[in-house]
Amino acid sequence: MISLNWVKDYVDLTGEDLKELAVKVTKAGVNVEKVIDNHINNLVIGEVIECVDHPDSDHLHLCQVNVGDYVTQIVCGAPNVRKGLKVIVALPGCILPGGVEIKAGKIRGQESNGMLCALCEVGVEERTEENFNKGIEEVKSPLKPGSDANEYLGIDDVLYELDVHKHRNNDCYYHLGFAYEIGCIINKPVVEPNKDYKEIKENTKDYVDLSVETSKCPYYNCKMVKDVKIKESPDFIKKRLIAAGMRPINNVVDISNYVMLEYGQPLHFFDKNKLGNKILVRDAKDDEEIITLDGNKRILKSSDIVITDGDKPICIAGVMGGLNTDVDENTKDILIESAVFDAVSIRYTASRLDLRSEASTRYGKGLNYEYTSAALARACHLLEKYADAKILSGIVQYDQVDRTPKIVTFVTSEVNSLLGIELTDQDVETELKRLDFPYKIKKGEFTVTIPNRRLDIDPNVNDIAEEIGRLYGYHNLESTLPVIPTRRGVYVGDVKIRKEASKRLRTLGLTETKTYTLTSAEMSTKFRYEDKIQVVLPNPMSMDKSVVRTSLLPSLMNVYEYNNARHVKNVLLYEIAKTYDASYNEDSKIAILMKGSYLIQEWQHKTIKCDFYTIKGVVENLLDYLGFKNRYTFEVTDAADMHPGMSAKILLDREPIGIVGRVHPSMAKDEIYVAELSLTTIYNKQIKPIKFKEASKYPEINKDLAFIVKKDVTAGTLLQQIKKSGGKLLVNVDIFDVYVGDNIGDDEKSVAFSLTFQDSNRTLNDSEVMEVFNKIIHDVETKVGAVLRNK
Amino acid sequence: MENKEEILKNLKEKLDSVTNLNSLNDVKTEFLGKKGSITALSSIIGSLPVEEKKTFGAELNKLKAEATSLLESKREEIETKILNEKLANEKIDISLPSTKLPVGAPNILEHLIEEVEEVFMSMGYDVVDGPEIEEDKYNFELLNIPKGHPARDAQDTFYIEDETILLRSQTSPVQVRTMLSTDGNTPVRMICPGKTYRRDADDATHSHQFMQIEGLLVDKNISLSDLKGTFDVIAKKLFGEDCRTRFRPSYYQFTEPSVETDISCFKCHGEGCSLCKNTGWITVSGAGMVHPNVLRNCGYDPNVWSGFAFGFGAERLAMLKYGINDIRTFYQTDLRESATFDRKEA
Repeated sequence: MISLNWVKDYVDLTGEDLKELAVKVTKAGVNVEKVIDNHINNLVIGEVIECVDHPDSDHLHLCQVNVGDYVTQIVCGAPNVRKGLKVIVALPGCILPGGVEIKAGKIRGQESNGMLCALCEVGVEERTEENFNKGIEEVKSPLKPGSDANEYLGIDDVLYELDVHKHRNNDCYYHLGFAYEIGCIINKPVVEPNKDYKEIKENTKDYVDLSVETSKCPYYNCKMVKDVKIKESPDFIKKRLIAAGMRPINNVVDISNYVMLEYGQPLHFFDKNKLGNKILVRDAKDDEEIITLDGNKRILKSSDIVITDGDKPICIAGVMGGLNTDVDENTKDILIESAVFDAVSIRYTASRLDLRSEASTRYGKGLNYEYTSAALARACHLLEKYADAKILSGIVQYDQVDRTPKIVTFVTSEVNSLLGIELTDQDVETELKRLDFPYKIKKGEFTVTIPNRRLDIDPNVNDIAEEIGRLYGYHNLESTLPVIPTRRGVYVGDVKIRKEASKRLRTLGLTETKTYTLTSAEMSTKFRYEDKIQVVLPNPMSMDKSVVRTSLLPSLMNVYEYNNARHVKNVLLYEIAKTYDASYNEDSKIAILMKGSYLIQEWQHKTIKCDFYTIKGVVENLLDYLGFKNRYTFEVTDAADMHPGMSAKILLDREPIGIVGRVHPSMAKDEIYVAELSLTTIYNKQIKPIKFKEASKYPEINKDLAFIVKKDVTAGTLLQQIKKSGGKLLVNVDIFDVYVGDNIGDDEKSVAFSLTFQDSNRTLNDSEVMEVFNKIIHDVETKVGAVLRNK
Repeated sequence: MENKEEILKNLKEKLDSVTNLNSLNDVKTEFLGKKGSITALSSIIGSLPVEEKKTFGAELNKLKAEATSLLESKREEIETKILNEKLANEKIDISLPSTKLPVGAPNILEHLIEEVEEVFMSMGYDVVDGPEIEEDKYNFELLNIPKGHPARDAQDTFYIEDETILLRSQTSPVQVRTMLSTDGNTPVRMICPGKTYRRDADDATHSHQFMQIEGLLVDKNISLSDLKGTFDVIAKKLFGEDCRTRFRPSYYQFTEPSVETDISCFKCHGEGCSLCKNTGWITVSGAGMVHPNVLRNCGYDPNVWSGFAFGFGAERLAMLKYGINDIRTFYQTDLRESATFDRKEA
């Protein structure tokens, strides 16, 4: 939250429409989310000149309130209302934040011409029960009754609520930094705050001995002030703190916060007399303890940084001070700390201890060391002026700051070619001046020094181009197209086969799903038909997303259950996704789930229900489409969570690529069929180009026959033998009947085949067909143990 | 042949009363059968003088042809009538329901991604894929996101091995891998739609798994204006010809300068509505000029090569385009919802 009144201290905003300015600032890259101008009409300071109990209430009071021009009666329920109190009065016609309109009326029969307000009712504090229970605001100010209360409350200000990108979260997070941003946008110079103060002879060095024994504190400054008078802060400090969402406490504490909001540099004030004469900054020890100033005991880790008095911790560096050295109403002498700590470490500590504060957030973003010393001086200036402090001379300092300046050299054409615009050297100079970036130009080459306040800028021409570009305005860029050769893009690697498989499965009537890669430990144990070790996340966000799946089937089962619970009867699904094992081997899988009807024709009783043979058909169709006709086989398998009698391994070139079958009834009582194939394995196999095969011009001869075999002999075995014995002349075999029942043995079945014989070069004669036909019968009878039916 | 006209007249009269094929045959026999009245005329030929025989023969053939033609057209008439009667009896109720063929809908995100891919492929961008379990150096380090950068904090990324192996939090590593796979002296035009993972609790607007569509172009003399022109083309193809675009300054670690790209609200056309939160604009992607450090890290000399990169959130695009309010929609596959997507785009 930025107070524009505050910004006005550093940059001249005369004549600027602050709403329009907000739009300009946003266009230049710092997003002003909201412009808040909360001036409340009919809100005045009043004085309670009489306060008696309401005759019909045990908690309401009847107050006579002087509101300047007149005295009026107001009913008030606050416990702290009393005679002589200065209060904030909302008079009839006032509309409070939240839209409450104040009207004159009667409360329990007594006239009431307004409302005495708590801070949370006028939008200065949050509307919490705690804030409400504090009662009405007790105005301690010389303001006379009838004066505008907006001024007292600091709501004569315009505030910008910023939504700042991480990189500008540093300099646009404090008023001076934001003033520089405004300055470059409206092209006006920035005047830095007054840092003057007088020093007394005594030297800080005589009181403090500093040592730093950690690499995480490159810069540590401290300076002592004496004889401070703790009192209330001046109005402007209080108002600005309230505007920024901080609560004024006393002049000393408020000044440390004020300087932080001004320079972005958090300060820490130690009560010097509680501290001793030594400051040692070091890494914390594991399990070391400190009671922080909120009264809580904190257990530290060696990754934290602590300030100690040489022995025990007195402050968790950058996060929170210790109770033992806290500034209180009796404090006289203060040691001011202004330091730079390692940003990552502070972020980590603040997050681990759940102690994110204005200070730790700022340390966590990184600091400009120039403002570390400037803030210290500014604090001395304010303490001298508003807390009567005597400033000791000297600064006790540890300084390992890398002061290498960030310098970038470039020529204007580099900026132009990055942005696609045409600036002259003079244009670039103008922009650099606006940015207040020191530069030199020699023979057309710019040498620019990046100011330290812009931590976000690296010494690259791209960074300069960005600064110039955002001031130039991206909306002013032309739209051009790259001057490069035209071509059509392609699907690279296995993306193509994934798209092809996907489109085929959709054509076959399956709906594509997308599910989560991370599953629960429980789900990950399902359908473990492969011998794979799974990746388990060391720090999962939740237990239901803790394992990287090796099979998509458990997820498809979830999708099925989701739809089934919503009475979707027919569920035909597929998903293609990557899986990984514990060695991070990637295996893209195609998973299919089918339940219910495939083709629906209810009123003619011709509906085709999904069964093993439907899903097998889908798998075959897909593999045929992908170019693997006649290269795959199915083998009985007993896979986990699959029906032991209705499941098969799918083999491609005799190599297992997946499974197909019915889900084990113990897992789902519905008849659900699933298949899963390794797309990665399929992708790595070569396929032959399509070759035209002319249909034979010569007639075909059809012959049927049936064999009786034991039930455990598979049709596939018979089929294989028939094909083998049939040789080249046998061009097709279909199974048209499988019979179990009367006229054959209980342990037998009859399988009927329809055979087609044909030659592509000539007409076959009966005798040669009969010869092959008889060979088939002979071979099947002798090699498979079958008997020709109706012999 | 005096009685020719009479014979034909007689035939026509008889045919008039014929209603079925049997009686038609009877008529045919009566005239053209062995003992038929026309057939009988040929026996006269023998008794005629030579000079008349030829004429008579010709006359007779003509008569036979005319009679046959009359009989044939009657046959056709009767057969058509019989067929029509038969078909009338075969009439079905065409209002009864059809055989329902199964629906084969794409996942909504894939549907959108395929559309985006088509636009980019037509502009010469390859579609590339990469691993979802990724190395830290590809996901962060080479992208100018050093250790300690807030984007890497554990609350954002699913680490599998401390600081080395992770579930990719963006698809940018695919761009890094693609650049590294060249000799550093080859132009690149690619998009890499894919899954990404971040430690976000799932709710209506957050998902720990989501899809990005990132793209990269590296060539010589590429400018931010080229990015703007390219984005214009894409936006018009995806959101209609009247779609306007704008760039706003932004920040990403791997691009410099960086922009956020907005499109004019396709619902209210810029007037302001709930979709665009009354701004008239909708943010759809982040983009920028590839950071020189990234080019250098990936083997390209930033003094010679430049390029732009951009990234869309697939869920966000789909939510905007189809008016979907809950991001979980994409990962639940409610078949009652997905069936709508079993069709081509308008």
